[in-house]
Amino acid sequence: MTNSWTDIRNTDMVLIMGGNAAEAHPCGFKWVVEAMQHRKAKLVVVDPRFTRSAAVADYYAPVRNGTDIAFLGGVINYLLSNDKIHHDYVKIHTDATFLLKENFAYDNGFFSGYNADKRSYDKSSWGYQLDHDGYVKADASMQDPLCVYQQLKKHYSRYTPDLVSRITGTPKDAFLKVCEAIGEMSKPDKVMTIMYALGWTQHSVGSQNIRTMAMIQLLLGNMGRPGGGVNALRGHANVQGITDMCAYSEVLSGYMGAPVDTDVDRATYLKARTLKPLRPNQMSYWQNFPKFHTSLMKAYYGNAATAENDFAYDWLPKKDAAYDVLAIFERMHQGKMNGFLCQGFNPLAAVPNKKKMSAALAKLKYLVMMDPLETETSEFWKNFGPLNDVKPDEIKTEVFRLPTSCFAEETGSFTNSGRTLQWKEHAVEPPGEAKVDSEIIARLFMTLRAMYAKDGGTLPEPVAALNWPYINANVPSPSEVLREISGKALADVLAPPDPKDPKAPPKVLVKAGEQVPGFAMLRDDGSTSCGNWLYSGCWSQAGNLTARRDPSDPTGLGVYGNWGYSWPANRRILYNRASADKDGKPWDASRKYIAWNGSAWAGADVPDMAPTAAPEQGVGAFIMNPEGVARLHAIGMAEGPFPEHYEPFETPVGVNLMCPSNPKAVSNPAARVYKGDLEAFGKKEEFPYAATTYRLTEHQHFWTKHSRSNAIVQPAPFVEIGEELAKEKGIQHGQKVRVRSNRGEVVAACVVTKRIKPWDVDGKKVHLVGIPIHWGFKGVTQNGYLANSLTPFVGDANCQTPEFKAFLVNIEKA
Amino acid sequence: MDMNRRHFFRVSGAGLVGSSLVALGFSPTAALAETRNFKLARTTETRSTCPYCSVSCGMIMYTLGDKAKNVKPTIVHVEGDPDHPVNRGTLCPKGAGVLDMIHSADRVKVPQVREPGSSEWKRISWDEALTRIAKHMKADRDANLVKANDKGVTVNRWNTTGFLVSSAASNESGYLSVKVARGLGMVALDTQARI
Repeated sequence: MTNSWTDIRNTDMVLIMGGNAAEAHPCGFKWVVEAMQHRKAKLVVVDPRFTRSAAVADYYAPVRNGTDIAFLGGVINYLLSNDKIHHDYVKIHTDATFLLKENFAYDNGFFSGYNADKRSYDKSSWGYQLDHDGYVKADASMQDPLCVYQQLKKHYSRYTPDLVSRITGTPKDAFLKVCEAIGEMSKPDKVMTIMYALGWTQHSVGSQNIRTMAMIQLLLGNMGRPGGGVNALRGHANVQGITDMCAYSEVLSGYMGAPVDTDVDRATYLKARTLKPLRPNQMSYWQNFPKFHTSLMKAYYGNAATAENDFAYDWLPKKDAAYDVLAIFERMHQGKMNGFLCQGFNPLAAVPNKKKMSAALAKLKYLVMMDPLETETSEFWKNFGPLNDVKPDEIKTEVFRLPTSCFAEETGSFTNSGRTLQWKEHAVEPPGEAKVDSEIIARLFMTLRAMYAKDGGTLPEPVAALNWPYINANVPSPSEVLREISGKALADVLAPPDPKDPKAPPKVLVKAGEQVPGFAMLRDDGSTSCGNWLYSGCWSQAGNLTARRDPSDPTGLGVYGNWGYSWPANRRILYNRASADKDGKPWDASRKYIAWNGSAWAGADVPDMAPTAAPEQGVGAFIMNPEGVARLHAIGMAEGPFPEHYEPFETPVGVNLMCPSNPKAVSNPAARVYKGDLEAFGKKEEFPYAATTYRLTEHQHFWTKHSRSNAIVQPAPFVEIGEELAKEKGIQHGQKVRVRSNRGEVVAACVVTKRIKPWDVDGKKVHLVGIPIHWGFKGVTQNGYLANSLTPFVGDANCQTPEFKAFLVNIEKA
Repeated sequence: MDMNRRHFFRVSGAGLVGSSLVALGFSPTAALAETRNFKLARTTETRSTCPYCSVSCGMIMYTLGDKAKNVKPTIVHVEGDPDHPVNRGTLCPKGAGVLDMIHSADRVKVPQVREPGSSEWKRISWDEALTRIAKHMKADRDANLVKANDKGVTVNRWNTTGFLVSSAASNESGYLSVKVARGLGMVALDTQARI
């Protein structure tokens, strides 16, 4: 979330699309209700199903699953052609005035630079024109046909209400009604928020779904403002924190790009990531990358990371290929992996195409499961009849199952969706012989380190040198670790020389041995250590700020600045400089957030800006971008700098109506598809119905099926269809049905409801089959088929989040 | 009598029907004289965070059992933290049932191994489990860690053993898992967050 849960109270309109907060995030949804009751905020829900969020909305519009970009692209067209944008905001806080390269183009499904063999783009024709000084060229009048504003207008002019309706199945009048409501929010004193979740991410165009919405929020002038922002509602209590710790291959802690083969040495690596400003006077905060990275290496390797050995740069593994979870399982399936550690994760159920998962796991030499519960993955080798039809004697994988603590038995911090770290204490010890995850990892590492010390082996140096300063090496305490994450001075951190008195001894900003107050104190000379720069300051000399419990909200804007600690720098709304106009005055005086007071930026929150950078200096609010403004045109995206509609890989239409004559651009042309998976995609002729997975309010993933009370309220697997399809297929409510995709099947009771209705897509009726995901062959609920027996093994082109929300099935009475 | 707010609610919950009875002259002291104690009266309160979605509601865990050597404390009740600014004392149907997840019969309680080709679990000690796992990891790392690529660039990567890191564990556990994984040279690293 760019904003926070309690900030939702400040909004004038809530759009829920790609999520279902009332059922999936009920206690957060209360802030929507609060805004509706106390601010007369409007709630608009756009969803394939008439969810409980829709049931309490002021307006609901149906949309075919997998067509959100068509819908939102149509919204952009509406805003631009009806002049419903916040002009002053767009001019100072976005790249609308920037000029694009002359050879940038879009034609019939492809942007310029497409390579069909590689399924990827040469992006050299994308992006801004630069002048002689390396700064972006701009046209303040926004009349130049090459400026982003004009190019945006041209690109989305194709998304007419008629075409949007033909693709999405949303009736044209319903679509326009949503557009009108959104258009109202372009007034400077109106703010809208968007709440989304997996309904947007779990698509082969997931990143672009969210980007399209972010562009709308920029055009409306809603980013960085109370009641606004783009708000991802995440799915585990600490999924945000683990994302920030960057437990994935692409990045190191704090979203620092991980080194790859072409980063041949530290200098090359740092240079590529130390981004210089693309416009005059911009902060371009990644200029500090070397400070953050060096401090991380000091946290990892302590005294063994020195200027002489390039701060142990060589010991950091260099990535040569994709290693996201789909890529890992593809490698495993090809027999290229020997071992796998799996902590609090149930991939047999959670990664698409169960059959492929099962075959992949069976090729491992060893599998280590660490979980509080008996997961399906830990028993993938056991026969559970049709639910898991395997032959144990043929599976040679050695499987270890280690008992771990659950949340109630672990002390430490969780980071919520709103980026707030909150400390908790363990209430009891883990049951039986179970141990906390950190202790298991520590003991395993100590065992390995001892083996390397005794017997040697390949590259034993980093194993011996990894900084392990914990009082009890087998049981690092969470406070020791959080202090390491927050960072400390290893030598005195000195202020730069005073220009008025250059000979005076430099002032000591942080004394050696002290915790740093924040990332501004980090240095690239090895004098500071910090495990995650984004979290720096969460445990300062003032102590553990994540444990603060001051429930006061001095401004009444829902800013609980002394409750826990929000990254970065305890900031509750990101980009909050943009809550003010070019002179630093708030766009809306009744929701004054951060403003220029004549000598500094100040207000309800920690300013997202150099505190004394006067407005006339023109320092942009989007300090992480070298251009200082937010991007309507983003070259970082794999499938194009402007989001474009592509059908799901399994499409019930079979054609992309945005470019009907280009069969190669039906689905995302830049998405990665493995051999074998392509063949496993189903066609609409055999599998005519659109399907989506979803979650129920009584269950959490594959977790609460082990909990008796949850099992009582939602005991048995089912699938959901609309009345019309039920009638066509002669299926009665409660009857058993078999749902098949090209990869597998699910047999369950059928719930026939009014919540699902067919769409009229280009004159043809398209039906939806809803598949709740929560069942499996372990737990105290009734057993059921894993829903991922049905789902396709393909992910988003940028981040590889699997396409669980749009695929094809057939359904019949079982 | 000295009472804080939560204590008052506990007492009033035991015998009185809210403040109107207090206003009529029924003192909380009378309730304390009842023979049956309110079940939370002797519990320890611990603040926690709901493990399910990322609203991350504040929770209070009520634990019974003192710290004596032979006593194993158990959580007997969980409720929303009324001081928490986001959930303000409420919990949803998932969170309200969390006690049954903590006490689930399906909790793994001891280290186990399933030998190749076997159809059952075998209980093992932590020592045996960690030693056997470390031996597997070391053998794989020693055999397959790539020190340099074909251009001679030092890459020091180990990509034949993977690690999926928990999104349900604390930041501190997650940080340590990543530190160890990177320290060993692992690149096949991911987390539930991607899904």
